[in-house]
Amino acid sequence: MIRFENICRDFKVGDETVHALKNVNQHIETGEYASIMGPSGSGKSTLLNVLGLLDTPSSGHYWLNGRDVSQLNDDDLAETRQEVIGFVFQSFHLIQRMTALENVELPMVLAGMAPEERRDRASQMLFKTGLEDRMTHRPDQLSGGQRQRVAIARSIVMEPKVLLADEPTGNLDSQSGKEVLDILEGLHAEGLTLILVTHDPVIGQRSNLHLRMTDGVIHAERRSQQRGLEDNRRAPV
Amino acid sequence: MRLFDRNQMALTAVVRYPLRSSMLLVAIAIGVAAVLVLTSLGEGARLYVTSQFNSLGTHLLFVAPGKNEVGGLGGMAGSLGGSPRPFTLGDVRALRRSPYIATTTPMVMGTANINYQGLERDIGVLGTTYTMQRLFDYELNSGRFLPELDLDNATPICVVGDTIARELFGNAEPVGKWVRMGDRRVRVIGALSQGGQTGGHDLDEAVFVPIAFAMQIYNMESVQRMMVETTGAESMAKAKKDIRDIVKARHFGHEDITVMDQGSILDTFNKIFLVLTSTLGGIAAISLVVAGTLIMNVMLVAVSQRTAEVGLLKALGARRGQIIGLFLTEATMLSLLGAVVGLLVGYASIELLRQMYPLVDFQAPDWAVLAAVLTALASGLLFGIMPARHAADLDPVQALAGS
Ligand SMILES: Nc1ncnc2c1ncn2[C@@H]1O[C@H](COP(=O)(O)OP(=O)(O)O)[C@@H](O)[C@H]1O
Ligand SMILES: [Mg+2]
Repeated sequence: MIRFENICRDFKVGDETVHALKNVNQHIETGEYASIMGPSGSGKSTLLNVLGLLDTPSSGHYWLNGRDVSQLNDDDLAETRQEVIGFVFQSFHLIQRMTALENVELPMVLAGMAPEERRDRASQMLFKTGLEDRMTHRPDQLSGGQRQRVAIARSIVMEPKVLLADEPTGNLDSQSGKEVLDILEGLHAEGLTLILVTHDPVIGQRSNLHLRMTDGVIHAERRSQQRGLEDNRRAPV
Repeated sequence: MRLFDRNQMALTAVVRYPLRSSMLLVAIAIGVAAVLVLTSLGEGARLYVTSQFNSLGTHLLFVAPGKNEVGGLGGMAGSLGGSPRPFTLGDVRALRRSPYIATTTPMVMGTANINYQGLERDIGVLGTTYTMQRLFDYELNSGRFLPELDLDNATPICVVGDTIARELFGNAEPVGKWVRMGDRRVRVIGALSQGGQTGGHDLDEAVFVPIAFAMQIYNMESVQRMMVETTGAESMAKAKKDIRDIVKARHFGHEDITVMDQGSILDTFNKIFLVLTSTLGGIAAISLVVAGTLIMNVMLVAVSQRTAEVGLLKALGARRGQIIGLFLTEATMLSLLGAVVGLLVGYASIELLRQMYPLVDFQAPDWAVLAAVLTALASGLLFGIMPARHAADLDPVQALAGS
């Protein structure tokens, strides 16, 4: 479903050019669980942003579901994001003045969905993430783990094909982190393609596609043929 | 995105930053209220003058010495440039022969010192004829108005306004008293009821005397102005022509008077007041444009405060147009709310003016109300565009990072 072909991403900083991604070639199949690890500044977030169409590559081709999306205009990118991609951020990015339910409704509001339908779907998603009794709370009334679960509910409410998460447990204590991870892996088990940036080696072991980055290059790739969580757990590291 | 949702989102943002929003609201409200109040002053003055003229009756002509080429009010105030031949009582008498003229009411005005048993004060003197009473519906407390006299008759009699009667005679009966006016002794034959304003004169402070007497004490040759009542609406044109022809014949072929009917005077007044009112409104509207630049600044701050939110909206699939729409709605909403508050404040202030000056019918003309609201909205939209585009142009990755 995802294919990177000589993807480069350069940033101009003053007179210098930073090569955040250098000729990346990679494919990720539908239903895979991919983890990306690497030292800080190695280009993990840049890779995820290009994957999520938030950023466009400086050169190379990005094939998403058979379509070259590397040079789409702003509105086509937005439309594709809306239909195909869900994001989970390290810092949650919830809107403070809105309740949990309203935050989850937001993507559907932008899509112009009818109020009753989106209310239904948003509350279903909050049920799914275990927040049925927190729907009318605002983000500042929720714990970090609960906030990230609201964000996850928001990321899947448009039924995306791919879920991208950039260090989703980076701001959480280990217990909340584990809960959040369980939810994400549960979504993968239901068939969603999951791509995680993480520093946690355990996650690296549980994913079926493990990528290691340094200096804008994917220098190691380990792919186990088995799909699905149970198989991955048993797979040797 | 649904219109309702867009408004809802903009509204929650407006409510979320109360200080910022109320600042803008006040700026716009002041502008709108100022337009309403200032134009209501101009319009009130116009309506006042119009009603005064209309109370005079319908088939009147106004005559003044001097030829006014522009046909405006200059002729009424006296001649502009060159000294015209005097418009004499002889001319007035000649005009009375026209079959289309029912009454002629010549006037001269001046000031004098009036004195009764040591009490004295300065007064406005109006020399005129008995027909003036009918034109203006004067009512009397006692005695009578000027009697029907020959135009040349300079009998020293007078009719006093209410304030003057009180100040000179207290509760005593003014009729029959002799007062000193300059170096002449004048007998009071009547006292007017309290009457407010007529044609720009304060009736209560005026003293009426026969026109020949006034021209004598002021040593005038010329009548200053004259009102002519024609025999009916259909004789207006003929009366006008008669007046011109008769005076021209008597002035050796010089047509050196100005004749106007009520309509043309009112037209001129209306034009002057329209210019005045729209100038006042325009000055006030400038404050709305100034408020517009404030909108721009405030919205730029709003965008930078919500950079991360814009990034999120983009990540969630918001199109450029949606982001622009959201911030424009917010700016428009602020200016709309400001306009509504401004309308309330404006109308309340006008109501207050009405209570303070019940004689004048203060009201903001509809066009000014419409223009004020539209200017407020337009400046909200116009000055909101730049910040909204700025938001839509943000790079989603950098916006999410909050920079
Ligand atoms: N907007 C940017 N402007 C300039 N340099 C950037 C920008 N974004 C990322 N970089 C640089 O690109 C490199 C990779 O960054 P990033 O993808 O954030 O790394 P990681 O997520 O692995 O820590 C770093 O050297 C970083 O400084
Ligand atoms: Mg990173």
